[in-house]
Amino acid sequence: MNARPASIRVSWIVGGVAFVLGSIALALVIGPTPIDRSGVLIESFDAALPGSFDSGLTDQQQSIVANLRLPRVVLGLLVGASLSISGATFQGVFRNPLADPYLLGVAAGGGLGATIAFVYGLGDGQGWFDLVQVFAFAGALSAVFLAWVMGNAASAGVTELGGDRQSSATSLILAGVAVASFFTAIQSFLQQRNTEDIRQVYTWLLGGLTTSGWTEVILLLPIATICVALLLPSGRMLDVLAVGDDEATMLGMSVNRVRLALVVIASLLTASAVAVSGLIAFVGLIIPHTVRLVFGSSYRIIVPMSVIVGAGFLTLSDLVARTALSPSELPIGVVTAFFGAPFFVVILRTAVSR
Amino acid sequence: MTNRPRSAAVGSLSKLLALVLALALVAAACGDDTTVPITAEAQAASDAIDAAENGDEPEEAMEDEAIADEDAMEDEAMEDEDAMEDEEAMEDSADVRIVSMSPTATEMLFAIGAGDYVVAADNNSNFPADAPTNADLTNFPVNVEGIISFEPTLVVTSSPIEGLAAVGIEELVLPFAATFDDAYTQIEQLGAATGQIGEAAELVSEMQSNIAAIVEGTDTPDTALTYYHELDDTLFSSTSSTFVGQVYALFGLENVADAADPDGESFGFPQLNAEFLVTADPDLIFLADTVCCGQTAETVAARPGWDALAAVTNGNIIELNDDVASRWGPRLVDYVQAISDAIATANVPVAN
Repeated sequence: MNARPASIRVSWIVGGVAFVLGSIALALVIGPTPIDRSGVLIESFDAALPGSFDSGLTDQQQSIVANLRLPRVVLGLLVGASLSISGATFQGVFRNPLADPYLLGVAAGGGLGATIAFVYGLGDGQGWFDLVQVFAFAGALSAVFLAWVMGNAASAGVTELGGDRQSSATSLILAGVAVASFFTAIQSFLQQRNTEDIRQVYTWLLGGLTTSGWTEVILLLPIATICVALLLPSGRMLDVLAVGDDEATMLGMSVNRVRLALVVIASLLTASAVAVSGLIAFVGLIIPHTVRLVFGSSYRIIVPMSVIVGAGFLTLSDLVARTALSPSELPIGVVTAFFGAPFFVVILRTAVSR
Repeated sequence: MTNRPRSAAVGSLSKLLALVLALALVAAACGDDTTVPITAEAQAASDAIDAAENGDEPEEAMEDEAIADEDAMEDEAMEDEDAMEDEEAMEDSADVRIVSMSPTATEMLFAIGAGDYVVAADNNSNFPADAPTNADLTNFPVNVEGIISFEPTLVVTSSPIEGLAAVGIEELVLPFAATFDDAYTQIEQLGAATGQIGEAAELVSEMQSNIAAIVEGTDTPDTALTYYHELDDTLFSSTSSTFVGQVYALFGLENVADAADPDGESFGFPQLNAEFLVTADPDLIFLADTVCCGQTAETVAARPGWDALAAVTNGNIIELNDDVASRWGPRLVDYVQAISDAIATANVPVAN
């Protein structure tokens, strides 16, 4: 491992971008409806770029590409990138390989928010700022906030009693677990009291991009762009944090301030992704690990490469989700775990034997 | 910097406490729809009051508690009779106390005139309006002791409830109907269990003749119309192999969801792909998610890429009541009628 570079190589970025572009092209030309492939690509440019291109597709085919397939592909890229970079950030901030973007209760909070919206019939799944999305976003953020307040209160107490300062990260994780359990309890209670809404709740909890349109893309795009841009340069800080809180403090870093900033940004990003796509499992955990095993363990590599690999991976997973059982949909969480887990084991084996 | 002063920690804790309290209030508020008392005693008392108000014989409340004793004096003769025939409750239907854990069964029981025997019905039994729905009687999970507290002689349910047999309470399992005949058989079973055999037979033949008359009186186009039956706004649907699929089949409608289950053997409730639906372009769209998911013709038309669908442009979107379109009880006739009306008024371009 010592021979591995500590910083990212241009060739990786070029290769990663090529992988993402390939994923986009595949996801666009393959779908439940057979449409002329070059026509799809031309139509996509027509829909995404200014200017007019004649794709030679029928009105219906144009509508399918422009209103259904393209926004779904774009949202897949955004959600994949968001969950992956958040996962990488959480793993670095908490020095915990099991950390994922849902660590501090985002999933449980989002689930509770969405369930409340479903149970009280607040959202009809249409238009801007559907209340399901608003509640999921608010629920996700309040869970993290609660975990943060609780975790800090606990670790402050521990420190005063002469405890180990290293425990602040652990306190936060444990607080996240507690908050997640608490929110899940209320969510399950509501769900059980309202079995007539159970299918909606369940579908949301599984996550997916099935009925996504441009609305979701436009909601997520600004937040995702800003948060990803803020997190991208965080690799150096995460590398410093990796040596331990005390060591990082000695190196001149305001550990708690950095941790707070990174957690806030990553949580905001995760909550936004969850609000538009539900709880897509596995991506945020496995993509940073895969990147770490393939490219190197420095966060200066992991953070940017996670964005690229995560975007491509989720786009391909969604392609499988909508075509494997066509015309039925397969829950995307099933795809990410079913293909992601064995793939991850293979990478783990080759990395260990190296 | 990592040492937070205690006051800050305490402040955070008190904020946290406030949040937890707020959440607990939310949870408590959610339980507030429990307007029907849960215990058998309370139920018996309220039954007695209801019965007194209605001037009915307070039969169900009788055997329970001292509360009912004063009223019992008036019907002494009848009480004695009941007490003696306790073991033969099924023969004397006046003694039947039913807890219905199935919304469809509740509808059936009321339709065959056995509604008075229903002492409690599960949280989803929202029809008819006078059904004794109890928000605390849930199927997921089921609380066996909660059911027993109503002192039922019979529990009607759509899936077996473990533990009832152990305490000697009879159970009638009426699973999801797969065919019309299943539905009719279940009505007859309930008739037999409540002594309303004649009424049950009458209801079945009435339903059969009404449905036959509706189908007979519907002009179906020469080319079969295609349809999409929507269960929720994430595009879950039912294929022809399901019960509702057979309802549409009465009129020879073609289900676009069948493409998701060509051999008719697998799951029956696929989640369809939006792209596929737009391409399939069904003539009719039936919304069975108007209540659960607030869907309307307008929300469907507003979905991305759906504005050009034939059913949207021709106004062939039919808003159904979720319950009518998912239960196999007496309101099946209303469902069949709604489909007939939809076909009769369907605006389908000729020779196209």
